[in-house]
Amino acid sequence: MKPIKSVQDLNKIKAKTNVSVKQTAANSKDEAVVVKVAMATCGIASGAKDTYDYFVDELKRRHVKATVCQTGCMSYCYAEPTVEVTIPGEEPVVFGHVNTAKVQEIIDRYIIGHELVDGIIPASYKTV
Amino acid sequence: MAKNYIFVCGGIGCRALESEQLKKNLQREIILQGLSEEVQLVTTGCFGFCEKGPLVKILPDNTFYVQVAPEDAGELIYQHFIQKQKLERLLYIHPETQQRVTEAGDMDFYKKQFRIALRNCGFIDPENIEEYIARDGYAALAKCLTEMTPDSVIDAVKQSGLRGRGGGGFSTGLKWEITKKSTGNQKYVVCNADEGDPGAFMDRSLLEGDPHSIIEAMTICGYSIGADKGLIYIRAEYPLAIKRLQKALQQAEDAGLLGKNILGTKFNFSIDIRLGAGAFVCGEETALIHSMEGCRGEPTYKPPFPSVEGYLGKPTNVNNVETFANIPVIINKGADWFSNIGTEKSKGTKVFALAGKINNVGLIEVPMGTTLREIIFDIGGGIKDGKKFKAVQTGGPSGGCLGEQFLDTPIDYDNLIEAGSMMGSGGMIVLDEDDCMVSIAKFYLEFTLHESCGKCAPCRIGNKRLHELLDKITKGEGEKEDLKKLRALGTVIKETSLCGLGQSSPNPVLSTMQNFYDEYKAHVFEKTCPAKQCKDLITFTIVEENCTGCTLCFRNCPVEAITGEKGKVHEIHQDLCIRCGICYSKCKFDAILVE
Amino acid sequence: MVKLRIDNKEINVPKGTTILDAAVKVGIDIPTLCHMKLHDMNIENKPGGCRICVVEVAGRKNLAPACCTAVDEGMVCNTNSVRVINARRTVMELILSDHPAECLTCAKSGECELQDMAHRLGIRELHYTGEQSTYRMDDSPAIIRDPNKCIMCRRCEMMCNEIQTVGVLTAVQRGFKSVVTPAFQHDLMHSECTFCGQCLAVCPTGALTEVDETGAVIRALADPKKTVVVQTAPAVRAALGEEFGNKPGTLVTGKMVAALRRLGFDYVFDTDFAADLTIMEEGTELLRRLNGYLKGDKSVKLPILTSCCPAWVNFFEHQFPDMLDIPSTARSPQQMFGSIAKTYFAEKLGIDRKDMVVVSIMPCVAKKYERGREEFAVNGNPDVDIVLTTRELAYFLKLFNVDLNSLPEEEFDQPMGESTGAGVIFGTTGGVIEAAVRTAYEVHTGKELPRLDFEELRGMQGLREATIDFDGLPLKIGIAHGLGNARKLLEDIQSGKSQYHAIEIMSCPGGCIGGGGQPYHHGKVEILRKRQQAIYLEDDLKTIRKSHENPYIQKLYAEFLGEPMSAKAHSLLHTKYFNKHNLAHK
Repeated sequence: MKPIKSVQDLNKIKAKTNVSVKQTAANSKDEAVVVKVAMATCGIASGAKDTYDYFVDELKRRHVKATVCQTGCMSYCYAEPTVEVTIPGEEPVVFGHVNTAKVQEIIDRYIIGHELVDGIIPASYKTV
Repeated sequence: MAKNYIFVCGGIGCRALESEQLKKNLQREIILQGLSEEVQLVTTGCFGFCEKGPLVKILPDNTFYVQVAPEDAGELIYQHFIQKQKLERLLYIHPETQQRVTEAGDMDFYKKQFRIALRNCGFIDPENIEEYIARDGYAALAKCLTEMTPDSVIDAVKQSGLRGRGGGGFSTGLKWEITKKSTGNQKYVVCNADEGDPGAFMDRSLLEGDPHSIIEAMTICGYSIGADKGLIYIRAEYPLAIKRLQKALQQAEDAGLLGKNILGTKFNFSIDIRLGAGAFVCGEETALIHSMEGCRGEPTYKPPFPSVEGYLGKPTNVNNVETFANIPVIINKGADWFSNIGTEKSKGTKVFALAGKINNVGLIEVPMGTTLREIIFDIGGGIKDGKKFKAVQTGGPSGGCLGEQFLDTPIDYDNLIEAGSMMGSGGMIVLDEDDCMVSIAKFYLEFTLHESCGKCAPCRIGNKRLHELLDKITKGEGEKEDLKKLRALGTVIKETSLCGLGQSSPNPVLSTMQNFYDEYKAHVFEKTCPAKQCKDLITFTIVEENCTGCTLCFRNCPVEAITGEKGKVHEIHQDLCIRCGICYSKCKFDAILVE
Repeated sequence: MVKLRIDNKEINVPKGTTILDAAVKVGIDIPTLCHMKLHDMNIENKPGGCRICVVEVAGRKNLAPACCTAVDEGMVCNTNSVRVINARRTVMELILSDHPAECLTCAKSGECELQDMAHRLGIRELHYTGEQSTYRMDDSPAIIRDPNKCIMCRRCEMMCNEIQTVGVLTAVQRGFKSVVTPAFQHDLMHSECTFCGQCLAVCPTGALTEVDETGAVIRALADPKKTVVVQTAPAVRAALGEEFGNKPGTLVTGKMVAALRRLGFDYVFDTDFAADLTIMEEGTELLRRLNGYLKGDKSVKLPILTSCCPAWVNFFEHQFPDMLDIPSTARSPQQMFGSIAKTYFAEKLGIDRKDMVVVSIMPCVAKKYERGREEFAVNGNPDVDIVLTTRELAYFLKLFNVDLNSLPEEEFDQPMGESTGAGVIFGTTGGVIEAAVRTAYEVHTGKELPRLDFEELRGMQGLREATIDFDGLPLKIGIAHGLGNARKLLEDIQSGKSQYHAIEIMSCPGGCIGGGGQPYHHGKVEILRKRQQAIYLEDDLKTIRKSHENPYIQKLYAEFLGEPMSAKAHSLLHTKYFNKHNLAHK
């Protein structure tokens, strides 16, 4: 990364990155599906690494244009591993207890089939 | 046509209120009313509003129905999807306005959690500085360095009313100011990430989910107090947090956000990591500093406070992880914005690690002033297995157990202390009717006993004696005098111990004695454990009329204390029984009696 | 100045004063246990750990430890409210509940500060009892550690780490299990312990005590086949009297000699004689090295360091193994005495060395270790057989019904009882080097000393230096007492910053007068001062005050040794040092 020498530099990065940050619904249908796996210690301990790997492999195998990335704790400890899936043009959806079977279901029915599946964790908070 | 979804809460709370039957009925109605194509039923996790369950939410129009009974299914489907009208009678009534709420987003419980410290956790990739920057990251630092003087930064933090989130609750701005005013050619900023309360993991989650926010805040602190060196003291048991911190530090350095001439200004700041070996007492700031200096991690008497004489004898500002996490937001949004959240004396939000006998174990962040009831029942989804709430333990081993009478107390620093507990770092463990309060007090004391540094006599020996008294009581050997001794000794330990650990170590005992004295009396005078947990005070026997002679208990007993033949009533031999309770949990016929 | 009230008495004290010190000024004696302050020597232990000194400060939620709470303007303190007394007694009861009730058989009984405190606080009953700590005892040739009696006052740790910088003792473990011990809970013998004994000199309880060897002396005295010879170190006579109710600083040389005779020793000799002998050897070595150095011999190393102190020898063997060639090779006076007694004197008596028992009375516990060093034995027979401390001698006299005070003053036996004033001052910091100067000056210059008292070498400061004019040659001298100060001088030598020709080092604060085997000073530095004055008084009273003028020393060289640093002197009076770095913990 190029050193940030001024506030202008910082704002440039901010502007540039804004698009690729994945928590807001993306605008264009051409955008990739974004899968965020909560990978804090608790998530990893519950199997988030397997979930992550399985998403990567499976989405590749199915030729789905997608970005799989890690994030921190989503705070739903009772439902680890947790995963947030954002289909372009739609609100992000968080799923809990995502083991490999659930990944399969999410890819088949939600990412490809565009229908919601059981196991959604409703967001119940506001954020800054 | 966009597809409609009916979300039905599958949380344990709602299930207890027949949400399963509701789901079946809804599904049937969807088919019967010919809506299979456009309406899909989805089971979700807990909405965290269990007292109004079962809950149903409909997308995409975002309608929220509460207390939906299975027999409401037909009307709901018809009204909402065929008539395209909201089913008024099932809408939530706002308690203040008495108006029916149609938009889920307007509902109260959505406001119960508000994330300031946790704002980026679970949103951004913690290993990517650009994502942090995109979420206003380092904007606060830029604002400080280019638009604010060190004093105005301190003023802002003071104005915000932010108080230390590590437990003490001292004004953060004031601490910064004292450190700034202390004389010394070298000053330090220390981040206390030695989170050690049993069941607490707020700091770990923050560091793992948003390490840059801590780095940014420490740098801001360094700018305001005149320090060019920061140290993060983190326990070695947090390897992932350490790894992410290291990565974040490297990224910040590469980006020129740490090091020399940050953002083209004259300000220099660097941060190092110091690993702690896992002693709980090292969360105490003087012990933490000694540990960083390579000495035995034990506290020294304050004053002098670290702000005056800290690391290597230099003025040192020690703040907890969560405290730092709030700083960038305060700078970006302003002190007034922040001080509008919370109560009169406790501003902002607090992160709690909700654990124990609660359905939604997890991290929550609520504005100060939220009640325990809201946290436990609205956010936490209530007590597991439909059991009865007994108490909530806050503040970890330094805190106390608060019973039902405190459920409606708005949580802030002062109220919790008044109630005989404390905020602590934010551990919150929920206890139900099966928890024995004497044993709980003993559990926490055992923790302090092991984690006391041993430096001062009341903590080192007093807690041992306190624990021995509790042990005696849970074994049914307690005497009337012992109850007096517990109080008297606990009080002396509190007022004579050297550091916060000893000064608060008797809290679990004293607060349970205060709030659950009947349980103590039962142990001492009746030699019974009301929660049926104390092994020496309970017996397991076979209820002859229920026993089918299935041999399950007999086969699972680890000490062969059960005899019996298939089809005949079994017998538990009390002289062999170790009261492990396995027979009780295995029996399918309620044929084991615990007394 | 800060104004405050303590127990309703108003007082003005300088800013930074503790409540404890302020209270003393209005006649209020707040009890303390872990706290210890040796004024002027920069030694203070105030971990605030025992919590005995807690007082009530108006406006504070908790009680405050008086020893480490600084006064504030307008502060109102109460040192004897019901709340304070109750807390203080409860804490005391707690401490006692984890302390073996073995007072009657404890080595520290009667000298125990914990015992005194229990008495003072009127503890009659323990309301809180339970499990007690059980740790392994640690025996060494010099010091016994009984961690079960440790109350975690941390005084020993402070002495070992901050004052002596030896770094052997430290608190380990947590909570109820915490205890002060060498690293990995090894024995002292497997640590870098120098056996200086400063830990036991300050231990308030019986957790650290000296090894008691009086039994061995009694057996030797009762054995008709043995000739039992005793030597007494210079610092003993300046302190023994305290054990018999005399004021600190009372000289009891003559009475001590009489008492030793009453005990049945066959010959009562003086280590001061051997101190004079040390000066002959060490002084000669100093001059040889000095002359070589002045002539430009690059193989000669300066400064020369004294080697009389056994703890100091242990210290540099463990911690400065690359500097083993710097200290003088002269043995300590104790070992020179033993060596001469079992050769020269045994020959004179016509007995085999095996039939002679040499007993030392020393102010020191490291001497117990020193006498057991392999190089100080011939065919397994040690030059010195038994070492008693000053304290042990006092117990011994009491056991044998000898009342020191009522005895007449008697003279030492000859030929090893004659000594000069130079030998006596070996007992205090600065004394060895002053004695060496008195002889070296005259040998070097061939002139008589114009004066005998070198005030510039005396005092209690931890690090001192002086330049003595050796007739045109400015001899630069450094003095350190306390091993922490010694370390500073050694590090200067290592880094090449040292400017000294000769350095005297004594391990104990104050020198031997403050040794680990002396009557307990219980933290009162004034006692050390008085002992020092007594030593200089004895020097002043001597007619001969220069070692080389001791007629018996001259005779010893004439009859037996030849001359200083002769081959015979070398084999009997000199030693070598060993690299013990990393030997610990093996």
